[in-house]
Amino acid sequence: MTDAAITTSPSTVAPGQRVSLLRVLGPAHVWALGVGIVLVGEYTGWNFAVDKGGSLAALIVCWFIGLLYTSVAMIDSEVTSTVAAAGGQYAQAKHIVGPLMAFNVALYLVFAYTMLEVSDAILVGDLIVTVAGTEGLERHAFVVLTIVVLAWLNYRGVLMTLNVNFVITAIAYVAIIILFFSVQPWSQGTVLKLGDLITPENALPYGWIGVLAAFHFGIWFYLGIEGTTQAAEEVRSPARSLPYGTMAGMITLLIGAAMTWYVCASLLPWEYLGFTFFPLFDAARATGSGFLETLLFWGTVLAAVASANGCINDAARAWFSLGRDRYLPTWFSAVHPKYRTPYRSILFLLPIALAFAFIADLNQAITFSILSGLLGYTFMSINIMMFRRKWPLGSIRRGYTHPFHPMPAIALLSICVITYFAVFLGYGSQLIAMTLFYIVVSIWFHFYRYKYVRRGDQFTMPWPKPIGY
Amino acid sequence: MWFTLSYVAWALSAVLAAWMLFDWFKTDTTYSEDVLTSSREGEIEAATEKHKL
Repeated sequence: MTDAAITTSPSTVAPGQRVSLLRVLGPAHVWALGVGIVLVGEYTGWNFAVDKGGSLAALIVCWFIGLLYTSVAMIDSEVTSTVAAAGGQYAQAKHIVGPLMAFNVALYLVFAYTMLEVSDAILVGDLIVTVAGTEGLERHAFVVLTIVVLAWLNYRGVLMTLNVNFVITAIAYVAIIILFFSVQPWSQGTVLKLGDLITPENALPYGWIGVLAAFHFGIWFYLGIEGTTQAAEEVRSPARSLPYGTMAGMITLLIGAAMTWYVCASLLPWEYLGFTFFPLFDAARATGSGFLETLLFWGTVLAAVASANGCINDAARAWFSLGRDRYLPTWFSAVHPKYRTPYRSILFLLPIALAFAFIADLNQAITFSILSGLLGYTFMSINIMMFRRKWPLGSIRRGYTHPFHPMPAIALLSICVITYFAVFLGYGSQLIAMTLFYIVVSIWFHFYRYKYVRRGDQFTMPWPKPIGY
Repeated sequence: MWFTLSYVAWALSAVLAAWMLFDWFKTDTTYSEDVLTSSREGEIEAATEKHKL
């Protein structure tokens, strides 16, 4: 340990003590963070894949993207249980690939989570306005309230933030299960009409190119599960909690995605399903049950709130980590001495989220989030290859070792390439604009910012030298 | 009713934002910058995990 003691309790700070993030989280919090961020994708977003390629295309994509994210979860679990630091994939990139990659990865994370947070808040506002049905009522007040309340919660402490996330995520997930069993899924024709709604003529209305295009929004089924890694510095046992929480979260989401597709595709015509912003809520309405309608309304609201909550948590920690390593001004690396949260990063990102909530529409915010996430997944497939080559099994202690290497990395990279193509089909200009943006900030970092970084201090893991160095 | 709720939402947002700004100011003026930015990556990791197999 270094010269100064490290404080790990939320009391006041004694002279000479360092102020660190608190290690208070367990596997359930990791699950709540990962599933909380993602579950909103079941409530909205994935269904735009139906618009791109039809209901069957959405199902195919659900499975293939599920494969991508299972690879993400396995790879993340191995690397993060070894590189247990706030910043998640940023800290991984810093130790395994290099500073420029790390800087880019941190920006992917901040963009992906901030845009997702904005999308969630817009969703809450739009849903309330839809249900209110009052002429002249605008969503802005509810969007702002969502973002500010959650920023306040995050400011006040990570334990309460993720306890809240656990409860509301569980309620939103149980709502999907109740809907699924309420429509008697074992008895097609009683309530569900899958055979009538999906016919050989409309199953793949645009053929296989439609299936490719559907990858763009199919990613929404699971987007954000990798966010569990941001809790690495705040879990009591990273080597145990992170793999458990992440893999349990992935299993939860695969089951949820399958139930969601089955119910929605069996209750809503594909033309409508691909267009609505509230597929599960509309499916509940289609049953004619007032109870289910109310339940899924609250399920949608809570899922969006849980997602925004987790996104604020993750974006702030990525930004905080950049400050701590001097990739950005160290001012951002402040930890609140009482609440033990990266409070300046939380406050800095708050007006940015509010600004995007006013100027961006839902589709654009979702697309920016997807693109940044996709860049992060591409990095992860390369990262695990380098990790295994530089520090082979047996050279350092790993909390979890993922099986079948390098198959998950190859699967991940292949599906990323397909998804880039799908995004290019629908949002080519945004893809090029974002790529140019990352090139410009990389040049800025290399020629201007990196000179402020203390190069030796940023590599903190007590590992042996990598093979080849 | 919905318009009233939207005004309440604005008011609550303003109160919480003001509270955070006040606490930020109070914290930054109470503690030194060295204390607030004293967190270091990997400290607990270094104390508990030696990566010796």
